[in-house]
Amino acid sequence: MSLAECRSAGALEVKFVPDEDVLRHIADDAGIKVQKGKNQLIANPKRFVKKLEAISDDEAQEVLEEKSYVAVLGVCGEESMTNGSSVGGGEVYTFQTPKRSNKMAELASELAQTPGQSAVPDPSKCPEKTAKTPQSSKRSSSSQVQQKTKKNEFVSTTPYRLRKRLAAPDAQLESESEYSASCSEEEEGEEAQKEVSTVLSHQKTPAKTKAVSTPPSRKTLTKKKDNMNDLVEEYFEAHSSSKVLTSDRTLQKLRRKRLNQFLEEINCLNVAELQQTLHDLLQKSPLAYAAEIKELNQQYESLFSKWMLQLHLGFNIVLYGLGSKHDLLEKFRTSMLQDCVHLVVNGYFPSITVKSVLNSITEEVLDHIGTFRSPLDQLEFIMKRFKEDSSLELYVLIHNLDSQMLRGERSQQILAQLSSLPSIYLIASIDHINAPLMWDQAKQSLYNWLWYETTTFSPYVEETSYENSLLVQQSGSLALSSLTHVLRSLTPNARGIFRLLAQYQLENKDNASYPGLSFQDFYQQCREAFLVNSDLTLRAQLTEFRDHKLIRTKRGADGVEYLLIPVDDSTLSDFLEKEDEDI
Amino acid sequence: MSTRSLSKGCFVFKPSPKKRKVSRTTAYYFREGSSDLEDSELRFATCQSLQKQVKSETEQIEEELNEQLFDNLVSFLRRSHSAFQEKKTEWTCRTKSREIPTAALVLGVNVTDHDFTFRSLSEVLQNNVTPYIALLEAKDCPGIKNLMQKLLGQLMNCCIDVDSSEEEDYEHVSRSRVRCSMTTLINWYESATKRTDSETPGKKRTSSRHWQSPPVVVIFKDMESFTTKVLQDFVVISSQHIGEFPLVLIFGIATSPMIIHSLLPHSVSSLLCIELFQSLSCKDHLSTIIDKILLTTQFPLKLSEKVLQVLINIFLYHDFSVQNFIKGFQLCIVEHFHSNPLSVLCCQLEEAKRRVNSLSHNQCENVRRLPSFRRYVESQVSEKQIALLTVDSSLKEAVQKLLEDLNVYHENYFPILRCLHVFTSSLPKYPLGKQIRELHCACLENRVWETEEYESSLQLARMLNKSDLVTMLQKCVEILVSSPGREFDEIVEKLKEFLTQFQKLEEAYQERDESISPQKELQKKTNLYHLQKTLLELKESRRSKKLTKFEMLRFEVVDYIDSLVRHYLVPADHKTLHEIVYFNTASVLREHLNAAPRIALHTALNNPYSYLKSEVL
Repeated sequence: MSLAECRSAGALEVKFVPDEDVLRHIADDAGIKVQKGKNQLIANPKRFVKKLEAISDDEAQEVLEEKSYVAVLGVCGEESMTNGSSVGGGEVYTFQTPKRSNKMAELASELAQTPGQSAVPDPSKCPEKTAKTPQSSKRSSSSQVQQKTKKNEFVSTTPYRLRKRLAAPDAQLESESEYSASCSEEEEGEEAQKEVSTVLSHQKTPAKTKAVSTPPSRKTLTKKKDNMNDLVEEYFEAHSSSKVLTSDRTLQKLRRKRLNQFLEEINCLNVAELQQTLHDLLQKSPLAYAAEIKELNQQYESLFSKWMLQLHLGFNIVLYGLGSKHDLLEKFRTSMLQDCVHLVVNGYFPSITVKSVLNSITEEVLDHIGTFRSPLDQLEFIMKRFKEDSSLELYVLIHNLDSQMLRGERSQQILAQLSSLPSIYLIASIDHINAPLMWDQAKQSLYNWLWYETTTFSPYVEETSYENSLLVQQSGSLALSSLTHVLRSLTPNARGIFRLLAQYQLENKDNASYPGLSFQDFYQQCREAFLVNSDLTLRAQLTEFRDHKLIRTKRGADGVEYLLIPVDDSTLSDFLEKEDEDI
Repeated sequence: MSTRSLSKGCFVFKPSPKKRKVSRTTAYYFREGSSDLEDSELRFATCQSLQKQVKSETEQIEEELNEQLFDNLVSFLRRSHSAFQEKKTEWTCRTKSREIPTAALVLGVNVTDHDFTFRSLSEVLQNNVTPYIALLEAKDCPGIKNLMQKLLGQLMNCCIDVDSSEEEDYEHVSRSRVRCSMTTLINWYESATKRTDSETPGKKRTSSRHWQSPPVVVIFKDMESFTTKVLQDFVVISSQHIGEFPLVLIFGIATSPMIIHSLLPHSVSSLLCIELFQSLSCKDHLSTIIDKILLTTQFPLKLSEKVLQVLINIFLYHDFSVQNFIKGFQLCIVEHFHSNPLSVLCCQLEEAKRRVNSLSHNQCENVRRLPSFRRYVESQVSEKQIALLTVDSSLKEAVQKLLEDLNVYHENYFPILRCLHVFTSSLPKYPLGKQIRELHCACLENRVWETEEYESSLQLARMLNKSDLVTMLQKCVEILVSSPGREFDEIVEKLKEFLTQFQKLEEAYQERDESISPQKELQKKTNLYHLQKTLLELKESRRSKKLTKFEMLRFEVVDYIDSLVRHYLVPADHKTLHEIVYFNTASVLREHLNAAPRIALHTALNNPYSYLKSEVL
């Protein structure tokens, strides 16, 4: 029916299709039971969808408006040949525009509102049916909805999460699975029938919404105790809970179980071994569409000399798009940069810092011996040298400019300033979907980017090769075990000292600018706990920790020494829990 | 050497020295990468010269635009400075209240353009006012200590720049990290000024350029991003010492001058004696740039409607940065010359004519392949068609003629566009846009006279009053007279004629005023019958609404403008050989300047077919 039209309405498609799918699903699943009400059910959705169409019309208008802006920017697919820019911005972004989500919210609230009423037409006939098919019954009352919507003052206040979920791009999959889950669940519970009857007795109250929308398993517990009190509770639950339509059998539950299993398995295996086997397995499977991908890559390779030209003309180049761009850049390096001084930076390298980038420029490119007080000084030195000597040229290739280590504001600022030098040519790749958010206007103008889309579809082998590497102490479990090991070899007093520090740090974990515990305060606390008797003993203990890299000291702006445990909060709390168990 | 390592993330590659000398030039890459090898060298040279031209032109425009502002600033410095020099009542009373003269420079949100402004400002100040200028940025000054360090470093360095003979001992000072305090600053200032004072007979140059005991100017480039504390501390500290050396602050402000008061508490801001300076808004700036660069015949390369739209949209929706707009234009130049082999003809007319003569056969084929040229050929008689398609020499002749036509078209287009803009920009609700760029886009897009907006604007123009009409006509005459177009004499004549007619009309009105008006006649008639009759006649005449002379003339004027528009403002893509001078691949520009990584990922994941043209997908 309106399927095609819905499609044309852009993002709305994701909403309507599942409804019908669900309807079909229900018809199939609970077909025999619902037979009586079926006609009515199927007839009504049509009306409802018609109404939705009316709404979708003006939404389509909005989409059109959005698109016209995008089109003005030249999105028009005809000219952009292979590149994926033919997708209008509207299609990708619509779920987030506030206007639309309001509409969605209206719909959502309608959906949330109606089910209770839907039971009104003939409650005596098929109470359990309405209960069992909440989604469909909702729709069976479009006429009432229309009257009701006018009263819906709280439309915009519908839970944000609900709105978001309804508007979510993959609502189709999600809702389908959820609905089926709730259906199956309800078949189990016989209490459902009772509930509905209780609900019907309170039809005039707002609580009716909840009757159908909340999972019965949860309700049975509360319901039986106290009917009257529930009304209020139910009301709030119905209007606040995001899980209006779902059962509590969530993916998380499932995943946790699986994950635990998986973790146990992992414990048995050596991590490295596992990685190796995974790698081998992946290696064996042939790359799909190898020919096409190769062709794609060749297309990009033909751009190399153009890139060189544009680099020389003062632009810097940034590559984006799906797939690893490591090989492409490597090819660029080997084919174009053999005769020039160039610097390759692996942004994905876990311990890369801007300092190391600057160091390799000063030490290896400029042959400068000596140290600098700060990266800014170093940068200044580099800029001066490059400005003085116009024959100096440097090509900088950065794989993953948006990596964890380089995405910080200061690092980006330094790199941007570096790239703004006329004789430094920067070509970089980014992969994170929000990578452009790293740059504000000032940085962007320093970088002077030219964007090139290079979707390669090649696997991120090189980039992910450091993941879970033993050299990188990323995994919390590793740090935790080392913590306990070291601590076990220490005296109880020393352990107490460490505990104090850990607890203090956890108390302050919400404070983003927490500098650490100052030495004086720490000493005071330790004294009060009878852990140390003098300044010196505490210092001696701290040296022990410092040697094992359990704590880090830092001087604050006022010259006070601050102590920090360089472990993430979750590991730290795990550690404390374990310690508590031991004691 | 590989770039994979478990212990390193940076790899430097240095070719052996003997290899390195083969450094390739930009031109080499231009040649390598360009789609067609024809005339690439020449194209590259043209491209470079055009870029240089555009750059110098824009810089000049910017300088002109900033001139007024800088003059004001300099006079402000002079005023605050003279007070210090005289050390008289005013200064002492100001010292008592410890007020620092401060200029608040409101520059607008286009932060990226500020750099250029500040650079030229410090240049101007350096040349005319004082050698002691420090430019501070928020990112360098997280604390007051860093700020003082930076400040002293810059001031002492600039002192070295002025008299390089004394470099040795001063560099020594700055190297050995003096304790950065206000006292060092004052001591340094005293010694520096003393030195220049004592040396003035020997060094005329410095003394003539700068004033005696020049003020120390500290510029805060981005006032908003400074930490409040740092700013407060600096202001308070320096206000303590303001009596000892002349300090002037300049705040660069992007948002509004109110920010000073929200950043600084009253106790601190009362230490400042703030004067406000407003720079030109970025929109006006852009209009000037477009006016001077795109709407002239000076530069051979033109932008098509879509490209211009993309650039303007990036400006309006993203950054308000004129620099980025110019950068986009530069990219257009490169792209055009790089991708289009025939762009070799995109230069001044005489040069282009010469180049036409030396076109190779391949290039002639390229010309024949142009869609606009094909249209032209089809419109010719058959013998000529054959000649154009087979004989290179006749083709070259035709191309020369066509290029000339194109040139003439441009010469006429812009003045007439401006004239039309004079009319449309004063109409209510601006049916054709307020800015000339909008009108320009409309004219480039398609035949402007076929659009509804044009219809309505003509209708509105037919309702203009006389004085407006006359001033507009005068403006048009001015525009046309000052333009180099050859065909305008006639038009100017015609417009002038209209003007004199209006003049006459006025005189006629006055005359008629003197003659007896019908109302007066009415008063004379006492006979009821006559009265009725005349009243009826009057009513009749009002209903039929016979056009007055003025209205007739107004219609005539509007019709004449209309005919001009129809004749001269033909969209460029109707012109033969427009591909040579118009850059029109807007998609390229948008892809490179305003990319959408999100969309790329979205498409790659949802619709891989658009990348991998595989039938399976």
